[in-house]
Amino acid sequence: MAISKVVKDVGAACAGIEDGMTLMLGGFGLCGIPECSIAELVRLGVKDLTCISNNAGVDDFGLGLLLQERQIRKMISSYVGENDEFERQMLSGELEVDLIPQGSLAERCRAGGAGIPAFFTPAGYGTEVAEGKEVREFNGKPHILETALTADFAFVKAWKGDTAGNLIFKATARNFNPMMAMAGKITIAEVEELVPLGILDPNSIHTPGIYVQRIFQGSHYDKRIEQRTVRTQTASND
Amino acid sequence: MLDKNGIARRIAQEIRSGWYVNLGIGIPTLVANFIPEGMEVEFQSENGILGMGPFPFDGEEDADLINAGKQTITAMPGAVFFDSAASFAMIRGQHVQLTVLGAMEVSATGDIANWKIPGKMVKGMGGAMDLVASAENIIVAMMHTNRAGESKLLPACSLPLTGVACVRRVVTNLAIMDIRDGAFHLLELAPGVTAEEVAAATAGKLVIPDHVPEMQFN
Repeated sequence: MAISKVVKDVGAACAGIEDGMTLMLGGFGLCGIPECSIAELVRLGVKDLTCISNNAGVDDFGLGLLLQERQIRKMISSYVGENDEFERQMLSGELEVDLIPQGSLAERCRAGGAGIPAFFTPAGYGTEVAEGKEVREFNGKPHILETALTADFAFVKAWKGDTAGNLIFKATARNFNPMMAMAGKITIAEVEELVPLGILDPNSIHTPGIYVQRIFQGSHYDKRIEQRTVRTQTASND
Repeated sequence: MLDKNGIARRIAQEIRSGWYVNLGIGIPTLVANFIPEGMEVEFQSENGILGMGPFPFDGEEDADLINAGKQTITAMPGAVFFDSAASFAMIRGQHVQLTVLGAMEVSATGDIANWKIPGKMVKGMGGAMDLVASAENIIVAMMHTNRAGESKLLPACSLPLTGVACVRRVVTNLAIMDIRDGAFHLLELAPGVTAEEVAAATAGKLVIPDHVPEMQFN
């Protein structure tokens, strides 16, 4: 029989999170972020966190909410351009920031979950990202050594999930969620729709439940749009 | 002289049928508007889509469907979604034929800087370092000078680098230039622009052939 990962709510899901822990949070911009878990982290008031997330939210949503409360000590991200409070804390030295190339971030999470301690990539060679890292040439091209990332807790957000923790993401809300699910010692999945076993097509699962330790049905999703861009009905292709 | 749409329109002419293309934020995003009807091209956005379509109609936008600039988009028939590791496998593995991106500075040796101004602005490199380190064909789309009127085409970049010796071609509001042998080589002039004007706006070494044609727009 399948192993149930269901917890009753976000409070139960976040049991055991302590000050100083390293957390991974899925999402790209505000797309596919674990909204309910972030709200709970604010409520819990845990601090001195190291957060690994591609972006840092905006001033009043996403990880910006944790930044406002000064709960984050260090961020590991690839792009933080949308958040004024983040930039202020970084430039003033209150917040430690490790900016790394987006593909390296994704692969470092994947490697962490897949038992690969390090890998060579061409990304960042010759830049400040390469400082202090081993350089080796393969096929005549220099590469730098990047190490795997893991986390005490990983928070992911899926479209649908079943009680065994199998997850399906929607459109580009998938982004970093599958790799971070793999790299968390405890992975917490919040889903828009929690379904019984046997409903999801096994051919269509994006993240197998083996990577998920706790799953709950989220609620009141805001799903904010960062750059709402539309075309007019008359225009053909702009 | 070209405006941003003009730069995008000229770069669109570099794209060939059968190519997968990654467009960066800003002027590069506009390139998609100038692809001829019927040309078989798919746009990749590194947040996890191949087959990116135009912006949605008002009321049809979906918070779960965005591009790497976080703009709402649509998916073309035949589109596919994937995670960020798979996306950068496509990029590092050189399955994408062309990358178009913006820059703050480009050097005559093909270095590019576009992610950080020390002490002032730190947005992060996003996917740019992975893209420029791996792509075989990189076109930089940018204005020839910055807001202060200073050249963005330099002997060496002054800002922190995004990538080393990777840019092959630059398309600006003034001209198209190829980068090789430590110099910018003038290929085409924008309408109404002279080679002397390009030389005056280019701080890095510029090679001007005897005859430089004007850009043609079809």
